[in-house]
Amino acid sequence: MTAASLPVVRNLEQFPELHPPLDTQAALAEANRCLYCYEAPCTAACPTHIDVPRFIKKIASGNLRGSAWTILDANILGLSCSRVCPVDVLCEGSCVMHSYNQKPIEIGRLQRYAMEDFYRIFEGGFSVAPAGGERKERVACIGGGPASLACAAELRRHGYAVTVFDDRPLPGGLNTYGVAEYKLRPSDSLREVALVAAHGVEFRKAEVGVSVSLDDLDKDYDFLFVGVGLGAMERLGIPGEDRSEVIDALQFIAHYKTSHEVRVGRVVVVLGGGNTALDAANAARRLGAEEVHVFYRRTEKEMPAFPFEYEHAKVEGVQFHWLAQPVEVLDRAVKFVSTRLGAADASGRRKPEPVPGSEFAFVCDMVIPAVGQARLMKLLHETRGIQIQGGLIAVDRPSGQTTNPRYYAGGDCVNGGREVVDAVADGKRAALAIVQSQEARHG
Amino acid sequence: MADLTTVFAGGIRCPNPFWLASGPPTNCGEQVMRAFDAGWGGAVWKTIGEPIVNVSSRYSSVDWNGQRMMGLNNIELITDRPIETNLREIAEVKKRYPKHAVIASLMVESKRETWHEIVKRSEDAGADGLELNFGCPHGMSERGMGSAVGQVPEYSCMITEWVKEVARTPVLIKLTPNVTDIRSIARAAQRGGADGLSAINTINSITGIDLDTFTPRPNVGGLSSHGGYCGPAVKPIALHLVQQIAEAGLPVSGIGGISGWRDAAEFMLLGCTSVQVCTAAMHYGYRIVEDMIDGLSTWMDEKGFATIEDFRGRALPKITDWKNLDLNYKIVARIDTGKCIGCELCYIACWDGAHQCIHVDGVDGNQITVTPIAKLDSVQNSNGHTPPERIPRVDEAACVGCNLCWLVCPVEGCITMERVDSGKPSESWAQRTGANA
Repeated sequence: MTAASLPVVRNLEQFPELHPPLDTQAALAEANRCLYCYEAPCTAACPTHIDVPRFIKKIASGNLRGSAWTILDANILGLSCSRVCPVDVLCEGSCVMHSYNQKPIEIGRLQRYAMEDFYRIFEGGFSVAPAGGERKERVACIGGGPASLACAAELRRHGYAVTVFDDRPLPGGLNTYGVAEYKLRPSDSLREVALVAAHGVEFRKAEVGVSVSLDDLDKDYDFLFVGVGLGAMERLGIPGEDRSEVIDALQFIAHYKTSHEVRVGRVVVVLGGGNTALDAANAARRLGAEEVHVFYRRTEKEMPAFPFEYEHAKVEGVQFHWLAQPVEVLDRAVKFVSTRLGAADASGRRKPEPVPGSEFAFVCDMVIPAVGQARLMKLLHETRGIQIQGGLIAVDRPSGQTTNPRYYAGGDCVNGGREVVDAVADGKRAALAIVQSQEARHG
Repeated sequence: MADLTTVFAGGIRCPNPFWLASGPPTNCGEQVMRAFDAGWGGAVWKTIGEPIVNVSSRYSSVDWNGQRMMGLNNIELITDRPIETNLREIAEVKKRYPKHAVIASLMVESKRETWHEIVKRSEDAGADGLELNFGCPHGMSERGMGSAVGQVPEYSCMITEWVKEVARTPVLIKLTPNVTDIRSIARAAQRGGADGLSAINTINSITGIDLDTFTPRPNVGGLSSHGGYCGPAVKPIALHLVQQIAEAGLPVSGIGGISGWRDAAEFMLLGCTSVQVCTAAMHYGYRIVEDMIDGLSTWMDEKGFATIEDFRGRALPKITDWKNLDLNYKIVARIDTGKCIGCELCYIACWDGAHQCIHVDGVDGNQITVTPIAKLDSVQNSNGHTPPERIPRVDEAACVGCNLCWLVCPVEGCITMERVDSGKPSESWAQRTGANA
């Protein structure tokens, strides 16, 4: 790990924070506005089931440390989730205040308030010992992203020995390398990694299957948790996609977060309509692109990105083009064909069909494809007995257990690419399932 | 338009019943004149007596749920300015504001001649009335004044008599709530010849303790002392004590947590002729009187009351002993499912704090939740409608009609307490047991 490989923190003018933090008075007033619902719907709506009214009332009572641990007990990545969670469709979306024609409680910002206070104290560093003492079982977590971190922390709390294997220079997965800078800074992700480490989790930089063999892991560990994410972006599969002005969205985001020198075109074309496409489009604007054009083969209505992400991108000056599918990357241009929407496909969305003779070229000097992440499970093909379905690892949903009883899995490689909080929930569920399986066996 | 003109105890005339209570807002003539300009009908001057020395750090408060100063506590003593300065300023105020009421609050050592002298001097300065401070609970009481007088019926009666020997203007006795039975002091004042009562003075209090220094607030160089509690928090106590002293039949000036016209109307419904305000004016300034006048006038117009006398004391007959309440009057809680927001506060309140008659059929807490992707997942957007499984239901047969669910419900008009026919004739405990027979 060298200094050069550390993620870069951009200047605040280029990537200011999307939402400013709450100050003490504002946090107190907002915390007091919470009704303290019983069996609250916000808690049910959170994939990790953070006891939201409890942590909010602890802010109101002046017990900030207790508030932070209420969050962390349910979600070890409470800091990053407070910044990146799509709260509109989760906790805040289910707030009863909606039924009362009132603004929902700002749960995300209150959580961030408690978390930032916690990490101010944590800077000094302390270690967290398992309450029930150490156990002899050893667990390997493959991949260093949110799912593995959550699984590892939960297992450590129960006294299991845990090692996280990750092939990147720094752990944290997409939290460190893949989330847009204006939402989450790499330093925040690394503080969470440090907290997981403070629980006694060991981190090893090694690519499983290359520098450490799966056979060895299988032999050395009682259980293995697979949280490898989705790997690289899916290829476009069109002529010209190997041109040097083409860079896939995840690579582009990882690149600008880790390098001071980022080349961005004057006119940038982004291909795709998901949240990652919009993250890349916004970043391109902020890095200096004069024009950023998002092309999507369906319409605004079918676009999978969250509505607030779409609204934000428009504010950033990103321009949108609907019903256009790329057919070839040319020299300083992309050739598209117009589409029209046909019958609904398996996903329930209307399938785009090319309109013959409608080809057109769009001049640009940079192309960022973000058309979905490939579900590369090369590693898992090597692990015998694990069933893969549609490119994803098949698991028993409540436990995260794969078809091999010693292997568990969670995060994007299981759910196909959702939010950080979903990965944390997967990792935590798997850890608790492992703990329960051992308790059932040994008591 | 309602007429708010007030005549208290036959001699204190003012354009409206809103007086500033004796305290920091009535410390000097310049303040009182500004208060009159803002609309106050009268002012009870900051208690006059031999000047004292105050400490630095004098107030502390209780905040509640993010709101400041639900209750205020003070350890300030009476005026720290010479008697002649206060009296000169009273004369100046009365010269400039002849239609407004200036009442001199007085506290001197318990000597007949001393009381005679301060009464004469105050009236000579132009005071429209006198309020004898038998209530101040801190500091002065350690020197045999204030509540040290007001806690002993004989002393209260005796000093009232001394004052009445020479007074030409109405004499009000300001009562302390820091007694077992306030009626005994009210009766003593009546025996002494008082023309009216002011109630209540502040309540003995320690508002809080600093968890780092272990020193109660307010902190005076590492030590504190009990103070007098006032502000919105004390209003229910004040209302009760005002009701208690109504039996004396003397005009009452109501004091205690009054910060708006609604509070004032409530004190008047319990018999008060005027009301006094201090904490709210300390919090927001004299300007608050504008809405007190406006709000009370509008309410009186709506109710068809031309003067305060038209409704004064109307709530008194509606307060009785518990034994006279109807045991067969039955109400039950009803929840408007269209208004319910599903917070389930009524459910947990009834279950833990009342009679276990509200039920929630509930949801499975173990379900796996994932972030919905709006256009990929079939998201059931509730569109602001409460899921039916979160709406509690009341077992009316088991409901005792305690009101708790209605009190905790955050939504106006969602829970109502509705009368149901108990099928039995009205019967009180007194009737049932023959207690009144």
